Amino acid sequence: MQNIRWKVLTILVVFVVFAGVGVYPILAARFHWPSPTWLQEKQLKLGLDLKGGVNLEMRVQTDDALKLETDQESERLRDELTKRGVMFTNITTPSVTEFRVEGIQPAQDAAFRQAANEVQTNFDRSPGANGTYTFTMKQSVAQTLRDEAVVQARETIERRINELGVTEPSISQQGTDQLLVQLPGVSDVDKAKSIMGSPGLLELKIVEQGPASTQEALLVNGQVPTGMEIVPGSTGAPGDANTSYYLVRKVAAVTGRDLRNARPSLDENNQPAVSFTLNNEGGRKFGQVTGDNIGRQLAIILDGRVQSAPRIDSRIQTDGRITGSFTNEEVQNLSLILRSGALPARLDYLSERTIGPSLGADSIRSGVTASFVGLMLIVVFMLIYYKFSGINAVVALIFNLIILLGLMAYIGAVMTLPGIAGFVLTMGIGVDSNVLIFERIKEEIEAGRSSRQAMNAGFSRVFWTLVDTHIAALISAAFLFNFGTGPIRGFATTLALGLVSNLFTSIFVSKTLFELELAGRGQGAQLSI
Amino acid sequence: MHIFKNTHYNFLRWRWHALVVSWVIIIAGVFVIVTRGIPKGVEFAGGTVVITQFEKPTSVQDVRSALDKNFPGGGQYAVVQAYGDPALKQVLIRVPSAGAESGQSLSKTKDNVVAALQKSDVGGFKVVGTEIVGPTVGAELTSKGLWATVLSLIGILAYLAFRFQFSFGVGAVVATIHDLLVTLAFLAFFRYDMSLNVIAALLTMTGFSTNDTIVIFDRIRENLRAMRRDSMYDVINASVNQTLGRTVITSGTALLTSLALFFFGGEVLHGFAFTMVVGIITGTYSSVFIAAAIVSFWRGSAPTRAAAHAPAVSAPQQAPAPQQPTRKSKAQRKARAS
Repeated sequence: MQNIRWKVLTILVVFVVFAGVGVYPILAARFHWPSPTWLQEKQLKLGLDLKGGVNLEMRVQTDDALKLETDQESERLRDELTKRGVMFTNITTPSVTEFRVEGIQPAQDAAFRQAANEVQTNFDRSPGANGTYTFTMKQSVAQTLRDEAVVQARETIERRINELGVTEPSISQQGTDQLLVQLPGVSDVDKAKSIMGSPGLLELKIVEQGPASTQEALLVNGQVPTGMEIVPGSTGAPGDANTSYYLVRKVAAVTGRDLRNARPSLDENNQPAVSFTLNNEGGRKFGQVTGDNIGRQLAIILDGRVQSAPRIDSRIQTDGRITGSFTNEEVQNLSLILRSGALPARLDYLSERTIGPSLGADSIRSGVTASFVGLMLIVVFMLIYYKFSGINAVVALIFNLIILLGLMAYIGAVMTLPGIAGFVLTMGIGVDSNVLIFERIKEEIEAGRSSRQAMNAGFSRVFWTLVDTHIAALISAAFLFNFGTGPIRGFATTLALGLVSNLFTSIFVSKTLFELELAGRGQGAQLSI
Repeated sequence: MHIFKNTHYNFLRWRWHALVVSWVIIIAGVFVIVTRGIPKGVEFAGGTVVITQFEKPTSVQDVRSALDKNFPGGGQYAVVQAYGDPALKQVLIRVPSAGAESGQSLSKTKDNVVAALQKSDVGGFKVVGTEIVGPTVGAELTSKGLWATVLSLIGILAYLAFRFQFSFGVGAVVATIHDLLVTLAFLAFFRYDMSLNVIAALLTMTGFSTNDTIVIFDRIRENLRAMRRDSMYDVINASVNQTLGRTVITSGTALLTSLALFFFGGEVLHGFAFTMVVGIITGTYSSVFIAAAIVSFWRGSAPTRAAAHAPAVSAPQQAPAPQQPTRKSKAQRKARAS
């Protein structure tokens, strides 16, 4: 008797806890009952497919990060060689991980090697014919750069999403270079995409020449001068007749990394503009460059296009303004992008899913209907087939569902539409365990055992069968979880948790109910089964 | 209440017929798959799906002619169908292409579909859902799906080989592969799109189709100890008969809930529920006719004395060990006890 009391107590505690976490918050939200915030936070979360939202998969073009490193290193070597008076004919970058120096004189070979040694740590050097040297990025360095690019892209996108004010966004890495972004409740995909995917690279560079209407007009002796580059203006596509070009210094005075803040403002003509503030380090650099170049133009370059090129009237420390023909919305978005920092690489969108709130609501409705119908079918069947003992199975089943909901809410699992399917299947499959046990008990009774003996034998004989069937099902659920994303993971989670809680309810809860029924009754007690 | 009481059907007598029936279904399925292919959902094939909700009732033909007129390249490759509850006036449009996977151009095709509808006279509408999948994701998903299925089968085989004798593991896995093939055949007959949800159902089915098999095998193992003078053939038949009630009922309850999903679960879960329904039925059939039959083919009709040395249920199986006196006596004690 003592034993049973403890078992019943355990079951009641489990029931109250799981019903409290799993079921009460749902009902409370539905019927406006009071519930503490900590409990509300634990409420079962719905997947995007049920509450609506945007689901985006994208690839980070990690080659961009490699190219940047290769470009920077080749430029550093160029500077170093020039400084040391080592002659060369050309420096090219044939691929994103390779650059090549051509035409080193045999007499200067030693000097070249020395310069190269100081500059190169991340590249392997191999000599070729006619004083050519090829520098190839080390495999490990390339890998690190790729990994870093993905992590940085992820962090940048995270900041941008947070600035957008999306509630409970989720961003995760898939494979080596893909990101999965989920934005619940967002319906304007295009805006979200353009904000996430915009490079957001701000560079402030001193203008040497320009604006000019053609690139050729800016060349010196038919070449871009050393340490300079030509950047197109923001109007018109590159190559357009009315695009203007600027010859600017290759090395930026200040970049977006030196920004402390950016916000929408108005320019002197009351047109929308973006004001920015630099951090201390950036302010120091900016002050020096502007102080040295008073009277010249400063190009404000965003993602490789010159937005404007105002004249520097005085030394500027920390504050600046980006003007151009912007709309109010554009300056809002631009400020947001600048605040969250530049993307280390371009993004390619690979898949895009949007579920409107009405579709989600439809899914919830049909999911709930299917669950209810499924539950009713099972209940009716069990009561007819197993009579009084059917109640036992139904109680165990309902326990199972409550524990499942509670577990899901507690671990923060997400309920998706396939998850609801898993929930419905759990009913049909969970009750299997009861069927196995009950059939065995019947068999034992027919073999002439007393109710109590039959009940004990039924549970102990079937125990390992149940373990086997549950483990086999858990194996497939595990592979399913590993394979799927989003909704399918929701399904695998629901299924796996349902299996675990089913083992508990079909063995422990169901047996305790039988023991309760037989308790205090004589040896000849009959089970209604 | 009993559905089956003390039945003595000779199931194994029908094993050859069952094999023929299974092969006919599977070969027909393979034929349909080879000649007509497996229709792939947009997740696997890539492409663009747009679900629109119209203000006034709009027929599939109206939408189709709007595409024919205004969609670049016409609408001959587009699938247009009513979606969900007719009262919601929703139409699903699927085009087999998506924009390029570079920058933000993936959604170009979707924009073209929307523009084509706007240019026509189908009236006001809003886009309530879209799904755009480029070729990369589809290809990755296909290989991941195949791997998940194969690995999950290997996992189940390994577990059953660990828990039962090897021949049982083989029987269970062959039965599971049989179930997969038969279900695929039915998916191909009824032209269901291969979607993520269908794959999920297939994987779930592999887990559960072994359930009935395990129940029967457990009973065979138990009976091998109790019926030591009978042939394997008789032991298997007796075991299948003894467990017949629970095999049918457990499948029946799972079937009931799958039918609830099929009829009430909505558009998205249709393929899932269909796969489960077929999978459960074939899973039950294969437990009786395929899995048990394979064990009987494998072990022949010899008396089961050697088999009685199978270790006790609670002890994991290492290897068939016919000459181990300690094990033997333990098994015999257990056999007497039951």
